[in-house]
Amino acid sequence: MLEGKKTATKPPVRKAPAALGETVKDNEVSRRSFFSWLSLGWIGFVASTGGFFTMMLRFFFPNVLFEPVQTFRAGYPDDYIIGEVDTKWKDKYGVWIIRNREGIYALSTVCTHLGCTPNWLASARKFKCPCHGSGFKSTGINFEGPAPRPLERYRIVLADDGEIIVDKTQKYQQEKGQWSDPEAFLRV
Amino acid sequence: MIKNMAEQTKKSFLEKAAESQVWKSIFRGGGVPRNRRQRMMSVLNSVFLHLHPVRLPKHAVKLKFTWCMGGLTFFIFLILTISGILLMFYYRPTIEYAYTDIIDLAEQVPFGIMRELHRWGAHAMVITVWLHMFRVFMTGSYKPPREFNWTVGVILLLLTLMLSFTGYLLPWDQLAIWAITVGSNMARAAPFLGHEGPGASLLAIGDINFITMASDARFALIGGRFMGEAALLRFYVLHCIGLPFIIMIFMAIHFWRVRKDGGISTPV
Repeated sequence: MLEGKKTATKPPVRKAPAALGETVKDNEVSRRSFFSWLSLGWIGFVASTGGFFTMMLRFFFPNVLFEPVQTFRAGYPDDYIIGEVDTKWKDKYGVWIIRNREGIYALSTVCTHLGCTPNWLASARKFKCPCHGSGFKSTGINFEGPAPRPLERYRIVLADDGEIIVDKTQKYQQEKGQWSDPEAFLRV
Repeated sequence: MIKNMAEQTKKSFLEKAAESQVWKSIFRGGGVPRNRRQRMMSVLNSVFLHLHPVRLPKHAVKLKFTWCMGGLTFFIFLILTISGILLMFYYRPTIEYAYTDIIDLAEQVPFGIMRELHRWGAHAMVITVWLHMFRVFMTGSYKPPREFNWTVGVILLLLTLMLSFTGYLLPWDQLAIWAITVGSNMARAAPFLGHEGPGASLLAIGDINFITMASDARFALIGGRFMGEAALLRFYVLHCIGLPFIIMIFMAIHFWRVRKDGGISTPV
């Protein structure tokens, strides 16, 4: 039965290969168009994959940060005593405000060695970092331990109503000669 | 004599079970392996066993030679995975709860040793990975044809250290916060990718810098300009999902290549 059926079907007619110069029929894919579709396919694949990974990378950089504000009002110059380091903004804003005979400056509480927070030791009159023992004078100048440079200062200006404004987005580094900037030191 | 024959043909319960359809459908290749070829096939046909070499030279697996450090590392990894999943049932990665949940795990949750197990296991795994690499180096097992597997091993070492680093932050105690503060500050100085690193200022158009405090490698790591809740959450996700997923892929390659590169190297 099966045998009979097999013999009954006609063997498929093999088409003769197209002669040189003969145009290819519409429904057939030529060698040339196969390669153009292939490269188009690859370009599409690489572009969509690349686009996806770019999206993934961008995903990790949000547009809004829920972090503490970087500019704050720190009271009036008279709130600060000459010759003393004020630590009341340390926890909230990471800033020490120090007043000397000439004026007021805002020191960053980030150790210049590896980023820990030093403590103000009033009896020894120095900032001492608990992580690796760096020491800084009340001016912010480093004098012991591994810290390679002085503490950074922040922009400090007076508002129209006479209140002090500390702006942490702008910092001044002593080794770059930036402490002489008028906004790095508030003359009182 | 006849009784003896009967005893010989009588099949044990295990042999009967091995002929059942249930057994055969689970264990590809069928019954109990009886000869060398069948034993080999049963290893090749198992998804778990096929990562292993089919046969091992006796002198190659001597403890004196291997120290069993690779195997121990994998064993500790399994312990860390299981205990880690258990810890996830209680630990919440927020600034409000993280530290107290760890205290809670140690003092109130039954078998509070689970957390200690995870911590000590993490230390042990770093040590065994180093010792494994030391052994492989000293026995020259990194040489061709195993040089690719050595490279995979170096990636596994880095992934182990990253798992250790990300897990370090999760208790959210002073030690953790400052260790990660110091650690992530290194990313500031990465060439081109860190905003304080060399070359970062070159990636700019005019006055607009592309690599700033809010767009550099450190930011990608801790999810903010300062250590905070975003850092805790990022490290938690990396520690529990991201890095284990990647390390398991590399571990599969590592074990498979040990087999493909000719099994454990033999003593000279």
